[in-house]
Amino acid sequence: MTRDSSGLTRRAFGHLGLAAGSTALMAPMISGGRAAAAPSGEPIKVGILHSLSGTMAISETTLKDVMLMLIAEQNAKGGLLGRPLVPVVVDPASNWPLFAEKARQLLSVDKVSAVFGCWTSVSRKSVLPVFEELNGILFYPVQYEGQECSRNVFYTGAAPNQQAIPAVDYLMSEEKVQRWVLAGTDYVYPRTTNQILQAYLATKGVAPADIMVNYTPFGQSDWQNIVASIKNFGSSGKKTAVVSTINGDANVPFYKELGNQGIKATDIPVVAFSVGEEELAGMDTHPLVGQLAAWNYFESIDTPANKAFIESWHKFTGNSKRTTNDPMEAHYIGFNMWVQAVEKTKSVDHDTIIDAMIGIRQPNLTGSIATLLPNHHLTKPVFIGEIQDDGQFNVVWNSPAPIPAQAWSPYVAETRNLIGDWSKPISCGNFNTVTKSCVGQRHA
Amino acid sequence: MPDIPAWLRRVAAGLVVACCLLGASASAQVPDPFAGLSQTSFNAVAASVTTLAASGAPRAQAVITALGERRLYAARTGDALYIRNGSDYVDARSGAPARPDPDTIRSVRVNNRIREAVAGALALFGLTSSDPAIRLRSADAAYDSHDPAALPVLDRALAHEADAGVVHRLREARAAALLSAPGQAGKPGDAGAVQERIDAVRILAASGGLPARAILAGLHDQPAAVQAAVAQALSSIDLRLRLWSVAQDLFYGLSLGSVLLLAAMGLAITFGVMGVINMAHGEVMMIGAYTTWMVQQAVAAAMPALAPVSILLAIPAAFLVCGAIGVAIERGLIRFLYGRPLETLLATWGLSLVLQQAIRSLFGPTNISVVTPGWLSGSLHWGGLVITLNRLAIMIFAVLVMGALSLVLRRTSLGLEMRAVTQNRRMAALMGIRTPRVDALTFGLGSGVAGLAGVAISQIDNVSPNLGQGYIIDSFMVVVFGGVGNLWGTLAGATTLGIANKILEPVAGAVLGKIVVLVLLILFIQRRPRGMFPLKGRGVES
Repeated sequence: MTRDSSGLTRRAFGHLGLAAGSTALMAPMISGGRAAAAPSGEPIKVGILHSLSGTMAISETTLKDVMLMLIAEQNAKGGLLGRPLVPVVVDPASNWPLFAEKARQLLSVDKVSAVFGCWTSVSRKSVLPVFEELNGILFYPVQYEGQECSRNVFYTGAAPNQQAIPAVDYLMSEEKVQRWVLAGTDYVYPRTTNQILQAYLATKGVAPADIMVNYTPFGQSDWQNIVASIKNFGSSGKKTAVVSTINGDANVPFYKELGNQGIKATDIPVVAFSVGEEELAGMDTHPLVGQLAAWNYFESIDTPANKAFIESWHKFTGNSKRTTNDPMEAHYIGFNMWVQAVEKTKSVDHDTIIDAMIGIRQPNLTGSIATLLPNHHLTKPVFIGEIQDDGQFNVVWNSPAPIPAQAWSPYVAETRNLIGDWSKPISCGNFNTVTKSCVGQRHA
Repeated sequence: MPDIPAWLRRVAAGLVVACCLLGASASAQVPDPFAGLSQTSFNAVAASVTTLAASGAPRAQAVITALGERRLYAARTGDALYIRNGSDYVDARSGAPARPDPDTIRSVRVNNRIREAVAGALALFGLTSSDPAIRLRSADAAYDSHDPAALPVLDRALAHEADAGVVHRLREARAAALLSAPGQAGKPGDAGAVQERIDAVRILAASGGLPARAILAGLHDQPAAVQAAVAQALSSIDLRLRLWSVAQDLFYGLSLGSVLLLAAMGLAITFGVMGVINMAHGEVMMIGAYTTWMVQQAVAAAMPALAPVSILLAIPAAFLVCGAIGVAIERGLIRFLYGRPLETLLATWGLSLVLQQAIRSLFGPTNISVVTPGWLSGSLHWGGLVITLNRLAIMIFAVLVMGALSLVLRRTSLGLEMRAVTQNRRMAALMGIRTPRVDALTFGLGSGVAGLAGVAISQIDNVSPNLGQGYIIDSFMVVVFGGVGNLWGTLAGATTLGIANKILEPVAGAVLGKIVVLVLLILFIQRRPRGMFPLKGRGVES
């Protein structure tokens, strides 16, 4: 078992609130850094709001760990404004109402300067009113369905135009796909994404008869006749592909069933938006070779920054088999942007930071620069990778330059004219460019 | 990332080269059959693979194999190609050792289209093998790729082939390749070519199945006579597929039923026979699945030769581990709570959380990968029926466990004592049966069976600390629906629910299908609160 040792490290660091302790521990891990003075003064608190138990623990525990690593590294560099950073870790236990309670606790009891957290869209929707009421700052690191733009949230994951749409374009041009199965888990992210994709495919001249939409409950384990119906749908003589917004866990039996029924990536390719290195770590990857995933980061991308990141991740977890993934990079970018904003303004005041964030540039791990846009989203490069038998991705396509995020989809009638722009003079998350007015409430 | 104009120029060049090669493939010796491989466009590389295979160039097989294994490198400028063997390189065209500067070469990228073309091309080389099994497999692969560029090779192979099975498959592959050739509508006057195409359609129609349907349905712009034959072939294939799909849905239903049966059988004993509401039942299954994983790891480390059958060793291990845990739960927790169903429910639910978190702390929150051995992967094809092997194995396993369990209940003294204690605890005690011991063993037996279910589920579902939660509701549903206290009721309940689910799923969708099943179940339980096969007798309090 490779994971339990890291569990110990994780727990040890979870209790290391004191900066002196973490500096002492982290110092040998930072190579080539300037000899930093131990930070002193009043600590700056950083909230970490990720589920450490329940269904989502599988994905979110890693994000808590990467935040602890980033904070420890920052402390080893002398902290922030000469003050130590202190992580405040809470466990919302994959329980959506509990997310709101814990967020309230972080903001009003612990008085944290920024919160890094959430994975599922439903948890983000649950904490959104709390952050807006108490004027907090949330960094949300996961690719999501868009159609939201809050002043108090920085969306460091991909919007649909930075993941779903390029993936569909790739399949259309490189694999000549003409028929589409949109398969997803039944909740807000797949439904909104598929709504956008259907509208987009319609603009590309795909007939409604060539699109099949299928939703399954969370944790679906019996895929037999769904896979059979995909096979039937794919036997019309047109090249067929599956665009999968199936959520993490249910993917394993889904891919297994595809393999058992003899569907190879060369017959009906599946492009997934929620399958990353972390998910593949729990799968037998041989039947999956050639299946696709679209992300803004892959562990296999060979850049010096990525190499250094993976190295310090392995050192921090004490486990050289731990994978890195896209949401981890998003936290890396988001955290460093926040550090930049704090250093620039010499302040941790929420309003000051929110205004200072726009326009901040931070090198990402894949060799380009992420810019924080006025709509509180990022510019991100898009990569499409094919799964290899070692559980890593082989990049087969990448966008020539980072793509700026669209918070509101231009393909959906209701949001066609909306933009988010939190810079002055607009300062509005849902500004209608035709009527030149702010639609009213602060978020969707 | 190359700049766009250069990139476009190279794609255009690649397409021109590929077209020339396609056009010239009949004359066998084109200037350079390898040139297409040094293009950067996936489509250009894919198009040149089959042409290369059919060109008869002596190094073709080695180069295509290397491409498929991602060992083929191309010079960044010019059209030199190299194959990497370990850390050495050879020139792809001549096979002579070469020493390219690693900074001036790039790996030729492989995507699905190229992988498909490589598989099809390698099949063409396999057609000349002396082993009929390899030739048959190659004919299958040629059928799957149905690339018109392969036609000359298929014709050559057909002329020499002696094995009847391979000939049959080659004919189908040839028909598929022939029909995939474009632009045939342009020669309306050629009656021979039209007849050849109609024959090809008939061959494909006779082979039936989805791949044939896909090829036929993709045909457009054919001469009218061919198009008519296609329409006829499609309707006959569709009719056949519809009939088979009924049988297929039945298989899916039985297969889901067998999983439900396995999950519910342990509960049928602890809840059905003993009347204990055990909310930790799912977690015991989860531990069974983790035991399977541990056995696999141990076997892979100690005796790698036995790895494929480690799953068989996991069966007794999971039974014993989970049985022991069951006995411990009964002795440590449940025996203090007999006759207090609400407290039992709460206590076992708490226990389920404890077990989940314990496993999470020990093994981590992420899924672990239980390997499905080769002999349990893949599927059998029988007519239009696809029978996946792991599902079939689970069905057989469920029947065996069911048989063994009813033997234990009916034919052993433990079974007799169990039934006696269930029917009338005080009288059984008066007859000298040590009821506490029987309670512990019964609970252990139920938990052991749950462990067996865990072994089976590890082959089809995720193994994570949450595994049990997905099955606990279904298990209770099956037991209550079938009739509490009756093993045969559990069997009937599981099968009925499985088939109902699988028949409704294609019609109503997975989410709505589940809702409909639940609503029907509620209505049924209201009419017959004691399930399909209620236990009758004086000993049972109603």
